[in-house]
Amino acid sequence: MLDRRVVVTELLKNRGNAAVISGLGSPTYDVAAVSPSNRNYYLWGAMGGAAMMGFGLALSMPDLHVIVITGDGEALMGMGSLATIGANKPRNLSIVILDNEHYGETGMQQSHLGMGIDLCAVARACGITQACTVTTGEELQSVAGNFHEMGATKFLQVKVNPDAPPRVMPTRDGVENKITFRKALGID
Amino acid sequence: MSDTSWQQAVYDVIKSGGINLVGYVPDAGHAALINSAKVDNTMHDVVMTTEEEGIPLCAGAWLGGMRSLLLMQSSGVGNCVNMLSLQRTARFPMVILVTMRGEYAEFNPWQIPMGSTTQEVLEICGFKVERVEFEADAAETVQAAIDFAFNSNVGVAVLLSQKMLGRKKWVE
Repeated sequence: MLDRRVVVTELLKNRGNAAVISGLGSPTYDVAAVSPSNRNYYLWGAMGGAAMMGFGLALSMPDLHVIVITGDGEALMGMGSLATIGANKPRNLSIVILDNEHYGETGMQQSHLGMGIDLCAVARACGITQACTVTTGEELQSVAGNFHEMGATKFLQVKVNPDAPPRVMPTRDGVENKITFRKALGID
Repeated sequence: MSDTSWQQAVYDVIKSGGINLVGYVPDAGHAALINSAKVDNTMHDVVMTTEEEGIPLCAGAWLGGMRSLLLMQSSGVGNCVNMLSLQRTARFPMVILVTMRGEYAEFNPWQIPMGSTTQEVLEICGFKVERVEFEADAAETVQAAIDFAFNSNVGVAVLLSQKMLGRKKWVE
């Protein structure tokens, strides 16, 4: 089990120009805490939509590394989108699941991933061949090394402790975030 | 499909409106548009497992500057409800073409509950809704929806009436 903030730090510290979509709840706080950027779009709702939002962005900017960082509960709600993404295999999309096996925002109720369900296997079955589970610091270092090299859709299910680090809350104004994000990408 | 069909006219305004991505859950009424998108090398076509996926798909594409459009049946509108909050909260431009069921000459009563509330649901969720009853109006209405959405940052749905689409053949 890894510390979620350490995981996000390791994956994003060499992000360069990469764009990040964060899923509601703790992943949004994690991204805001360790890698604040105008190239982040912070979701505070739309549960189940983070991966598809990343996919849409990846289609529109094929040379941009698009990283979705979300939780296990959020990903489970949009599990069908793994089939949609796997059918298209965007080469510039990486999906990172911070898997604490719980719904952290609502009182730490257990999620399916703590009940024997293997989301990484679902991703692989959906045609995302570069899918792996990360549980140790060594594995994290190994996947972080070439994380920003594009070429295939990536799916990382990272086992993290079910704790709640201090909340760092980015903007909740979706319009403002949309405008600053597009400007950062050079879009009028 | 002839080049003069209303479907071709709608596809032409989708192209001239700068749309480069079509997300859809298949429906017989959308079959011609889906085929047009699939054979067009300059159009991304994305088949989705549920209509709900289309809302963040369009929002993400717009973050990267790409215009997109969704095709779904009236039953699919109900699958989108919470996700429509993404459009409304962040004022993403969005265009949805909806083939209607549960109305004119409907054979299947299971289509009626969602079909009869589709327009109301969309409006409650903040979408502007136009309804098309005649083939001759389809392309102009879709063109207006694209202009409206992308000029004013709103969600616009165009409902294609079941009477216009024609009766579904249940027995061949």
